[in-house]
Amino acid sequence: MKPFTKIISIITPFDKANVDTDQIIPKQFLKLITKSGFGKFLFYDWRFNHDGQKKNDFILNDSTYQDSQILVTNENFGCGSSREHAVWALKDFGFNVIISPSFADIFYSNCFKNGVLPIILDIEKIKKLLQYTDKIELDLNSQKITFGDESINFEIDSHRKFRLLEGLDDVDLTLKEDDKIDYFEKNSSSISIFE
Amino acid sequence: MTETLFEKIWNSHIVVERENEPSLIYIDRHLIHEVTSPQAFDGLRVNQRNVRRPDLTVATIDHNVPTTDRSLPMIDETSSTQIQTLEKNCKDFGIKLFGINDPNQGIVHVIGPQLGITLPGSTIVCGDSHTSTQGAFGAFAFGIGTSEVEHTLATQTLWLEKPKTFEILATGKRKNSFAITSKDIILSIIKQIGTDGGTGHVLEYRGDAISDLSMEQRMTICNMSIEAGSRAGLIAPDEKTFDYLNNRKYTPKNYDELVDDWKNNLMSDPNSKFDKSFIIDVDKIEPQVSWGTNPAMVSDVTGKIPTPEEFGQNNEIQIESAKKALLYMDLKPDTAIVDIPIDRVFIGSCTNARLEDLKDAAEIVKGKTVNSDVSAMVVPGSQMVKLEAEKLGLDKIFKDANFEWRESGCSMCLGMNPDILKPGERCASTSNRNFEGRQGSGGRTHLVSPVMAAASAIAGHFVDVREWC
Repeated sequence: MKPFTKIISIITPFDKANVDTDQIIPKQFLKLITKSGFGKFLFYDWRFNHDGQKKNDFILNDSTYQDSQILVTNENFGCGSSREHAVWALKDFGFNVIISPSFADIFYSNCFKNGVLPIILDIEKIKKLLQYTDKIELDLNSQKITFGDESINFEIDSHRKFRLLEGLDDVDLTLKEDDKIDYFEKNSSSISIFE
Repeated sequence: MTETLFEKIWNSHIVVERENEPSLIYIDRHLIHEVTSPQAFDGLRVNQRNVRRPDLTVATIDHNVPTTDRSLPMIDETSSTQIQTLEKNCKDFGIKLFGINDPNQGIVHVIGPQLGITLPGSTIVCGDSHTSTQGAFGAFAFGIGTSEVEHTLATQTLWLEKPKTFEILATGKRKNSFAITSKDIILSIIKQIGTDGGTGHVLEYRGDAISDLSMEQRMTICNMSIEAGSRAGLIAPDEKTFDYLNNRKYTPKNYDELVDDWKNNLMSDPNSKFDKSFIIDVDKIEPQVSWGTNPAMVSDVTGKIPTPEEFGQNNEIQIESAKKALLYMDLKPDTAIVDIPIDRVFIGSCTNARLEDLKDAAEIVKGKTVNSDVSAMVVPGSQMVKLEAEKLGLDKIFKDANFEWRESGCSMCLGMNPDILKPGERCASTSNRNFEGRQGSGGRTHLVSPVMAAASAIAGHFVDVREWC
């Protein structure tokens, strides 16, 4: 995974609550067996009409936002299915940061595994950000979002921050604990299914 | 110090614990299916890693499978590729697969318990959010993403932040225990605590109204924990739990010994503290029908579609969501629920496609005929459920009433196979999610119990199913 660096980008204001993963990536696109190429299907039913034509009034079809890396949205983002394809689609489309008052648990966890930073901010700060149209600067190291003369600090678990900044692979880190897993297995009662 | 059931399970599975860091938790059971696993196996190959414990891992094919004649070739090439990929991955990595023609094939959360793979006190994961179903056996069972599938395959562990605990105390007695089901209880709970009410928490369902339920009914409740934002829901095991798992295909050999141990340990201690609590009196619950596009948008069957303002109660975001939902669902406020006509009926899914669900639905359907404006189907949760139902003659009851009787799979719960709604079609569905387009682009889903779905199929619109039994 690539280390997460500072991001300078305009935000995409996406003021919707309870956006579920079925909307982020509809099921007909879950059949691919790779992690790449999901971006073109992001929010498919909201972006395209039944005949495949783009819906002009949908914000992700507005060229103003085509280089935006930051999606600012509303509460309970990513609820529903555990499909990691939702994060792959957002990342492939170009979003590296998602800012919301709250996230669904599995989605939140999936973001970190793919180098996407989910930031939880209270609704008043979100409202302020949603109004801002120039580029903002987002620095994970100092946990700070700067826009114009203002800045907002955000919280993030230090462990997760470290993994993002270093671009570390979870499995590699866990395999360093191999002796502890061995020890647990010798002393626990995990029962083989096929004993 | 007192501990909740969840804390006991958590504490007995800690491999690594350090201050202010997530804990490394051991996983006892890993269930796999074709949709969320291919990229995980790819990751193993790229990094030249093996599956650490194939003996704690099983796979099946459920999301993509056609529910029509399986001797015919599959029409959808991408689905077919995904299925073949799982077959190859299982072969290469030595994982037991219940494949498309295996008598044990079925929806992963239905076959886990049916085969005795699900065990009380264990940790269970699957790349599917409805893994919470298996919490009904007193297990910590939760859905994971594909990266975590890879991590579990390679290490048999996961890094987790300890969730908080949330007690759902269900008291009282249902007024009509046939017509008012565990589906109505869980929909009623979600209506009240909201789709994110349980975020960051493990729900523990307790109380007489929960003990009163059969194992299959309990699974319906735990299944929909994720619809309240909870990654896992659980119920302390009791005699019903131990009886259910006895003598299954993979029930452990020293089962009696295990049961003795579980009886002594697997319950929340008296006076143990939960981070949150919610009490529901099931006396007051009516049959439920969802009217919107998330599982908290639910009404009593005798009720009406609320106005967005009534639903949102001064919460701007909720009011906007309800407006958008009504537009999508093509419904107007103040319409009586029983006046909503339906086009399709789906009895199936990991929520409500076990034998009891089908028996209850058949009881309603017996000797009647599906309304001529409605097309209805039954998709058993597993091939074992299908076979048992056929032994009881349920298939004949459904077919005589003009229901289609299908092979098992996830089917129209999420429509990854050819079973989908057409744009604009309205469906009474026993599944778990009524999101926009969930059952097919433009399709409209109303979540209901199996008996409500069955009665609505006959009537052509929602009905107060209490009047039918």
